[in-house]
Amino acid sequence: MATPSVLVKDVTLNYGAVEVLKKLNIEVADGEFIVLLGPSGCGKSTLLNCIAGLLDVSDGQIFIKGKNVTWHEPKDRGIGMVFQSYALYPQMTVEGNLSFGLKNAGLPKDEIARRIARAASILQIEPLLQRRPAALSGGQRQRVAIGRALVRDVDVFLFDEPLSNLDAKLRSELRVEIKRLHQTLGNTMIYVTHDQIEAMTLADRIAVMKGGMIQQLDRPQAIYSRPVNLFVAGFIGSPGMNFLQGHLDTRDGMPVFKLDGIEIPLATYAFDGEGFAAKPAVFGMRPEHVGLNMGSDWPFSAEATIEVVEPMGSDTLVWTRLGTQNFAIRVGSERAPAVGDRVTLGFDPLRASLFDSASGMRL
Amino acid sequence: MSNPATLAVTVAGAAAIQPELSGPRGPRPRIAFSRRNIFIYGTLIFAAIYYLIPLYVMVVTSLKGMPEIRLGNIFSPPMEITFEPWVKAWATACTGLNCDGLSRGFWNSVRITVPSVVVSIVVASINGYALANWRFKGAEIFFTILIVGAFIPYQVMIYPIVIVLREIGLYGSLTGLVIVHSIFGMPILTLLFRNYFASLPEELFKAARVDGAGFWGIYFRIMAPMSLPIFVVAVILQVTGIWNDFLFGVVYTKPDTYPMTVQLNNIVNSVQGVKEYNVNMAATLITGLVPLVIYFISGKLFVRGIAAGAVKG
Repeated sequence: MATPSVLVKDVTLNYGAVEVLKKLNIEVADGEFIVLLGPSGCGKSTLLNCIAGLLDVSDGQIFIKGKNVTWHEPKDRGIGMVFQSYALYPQMTVEGNLSFGLKNAGLPKDEIARRIARAASILQIEPLLQRRPAALSGGQRQRVAIGRALVRDVDVFLFDEPLSNLDAKLRSELRVEIKRLHQTLGNTMIYVTHDQIEAMTLADRIAVMKGGMIQQLDRPQAIYSRPVNLFVAGFIGSPGMNFLQGHLDTRDGMPVFKLDGIEIPLATYAFDGEGFAAKPAVFGMRPEHVGLNMGSDWPFSAEATIEVVEPMGSDTLVWTRLGTQNFAIRVGSERAPAVGDRVTLGFDPLRASLFDSASGMRL
Repeated sequence: MSNPATLAVTVAGAAAIQPELSGPRGPRPRIAFSRRNIFIYGTLIFAAIYYLIPLYVMVVTSLKGMPEIRLGNIFSPPMEITFEPWVKAWATACTGLNCDGLSRGFWNSVRITVPSVVVSIVVASINGYALANWRFKGAEIFFTILIVGAFIPYQVMIYPIVIVLREIGLYGSLTGLVIVHSIFGMPILTLLFRNYFASLPEELFKAARVDGAGFWGIYFRIMAPMSLPIFVVAVILQVTGIWNDFLFGVVYTKPDTYPMTVQLNNIVNSVQGVKEYNVNMAATLITGLVPLVIYFISGKLFVRGIAAGAVKG
């Protein structure tokens, strides 16, 4: 098996009595783009800082390119880092910012010039080299910050929410550029964000974090369609997944999900692990997987009244009830019903996610 | 691109409130002599005069001859302007055995102030940087001790320091006084620098570490160049504090090495002969000139730095 580019082994970090990272393990393959995704305070930035060497771990080991770097200084770890606030040195020109690390490393002048020229051409910041950061726009600053990591000619790039300070339009532009950069350079990249769109679009694999632990580490599509627990299911997807409280039962030997007198047949649902057992459960269904007035060939369909309509441009989110519980449906805006309409909704339990009410784990 | 539909709506809406259309429009007019303005400006002008009168009296008196002063009109401007008191105060006024005026004290003060300011600021800024950015073991305890140090009254330490200086053979020398000033400036300056450095974005510090800069590299190349305002504040605090110091000057030096403030006191409080008010006033003004000039030069930076380094955490 190939040496992993970055290997985090049993890393624990405590601030006094608070455990920020709990025996965390993650393995990143060479050239892989990993996104650490989670709500604020989940430890994702802390983990990145530990990998960078800016924070000392309380326990565990970190390997980069097969070398144990747990006690190495950040500069000796073979990493480049891009920060949310750009962190450009305000008193230096763009060129000074790019060359600072190289000068510290004692590189010869012509090598520094060569590397800056290469980074500047990749990022298209050549005209800005003699300017100071104050004279740059947000997007240009972030480009320079990426350039500073680029000139270091390292194996691993670390991004700490690099796009969070930019406006929506610029964010999507730079997102594409980062993806392009990754395809061009083929470096390993570890990227921290709380934005699931960034995570879904950029990642080879996403690590969803909560409370200092990785909840699920998988390809974006797998995380979207087969979340391992209630937290991941609720965190991924916008608008969020519908959760219906009820319990599992059988009818005529087939598993069903019962809520408020309604029965959803689960013949098409693929149970995980231990499989079916009659117990309280949560039925999750994404709003975009529900059909509205689409005939009756769904395994499950029901009548409902539209209560609230939220137009979002391309789509419209309509709120109704299944039994007594809120239920959202995402429909194309041209087919959006009006408030008070009686509709028939239908879905295939194949696309559902079932969770144990007690443990929150996928069934 | 205006939308015709919207325009039509606006016009129709305006028509409905026709009588109100001729009412107020644009900024509200301001009355120059409103009661509020009279009160604010009146208070400010009164306060300004209150503070300026003593200065005015000093300047006028220092420009008068003794006969004119004896007339007793302290507020009247000089009938005959003379700079003799200024010259006398600087060059020939007698303090104790020496009769070379304030000039000796001035140079003593310069030789005390310049090294004290430089040493205390260099050391305190490095202390503050280490405390803010490199959370070394025991940093909290060290910081607490420094803060406590800022609140201990100087008087308590006068005698122990006399003994220490005597033991190391620096008692009565300018070097000894420079050391004392540098040490006593430490707590407040360290606090000032620590808070300023802590207010700089932490990510800058992290970026510099990733870029391979060490303790001194980050200090000299990243932190210090970004901190001009706080250095200016520190310079002003120290220059005025040390220049105006009297207590340490009189305790730790000898007549030959007295700083300007001690000499000024000796001129003004001399008991023999006639009280030369004009010379006294001129001497006082000369002594106060240095801090005054510093304030005028760096006032703007001072305000900015004070706001940035506001005490917190």
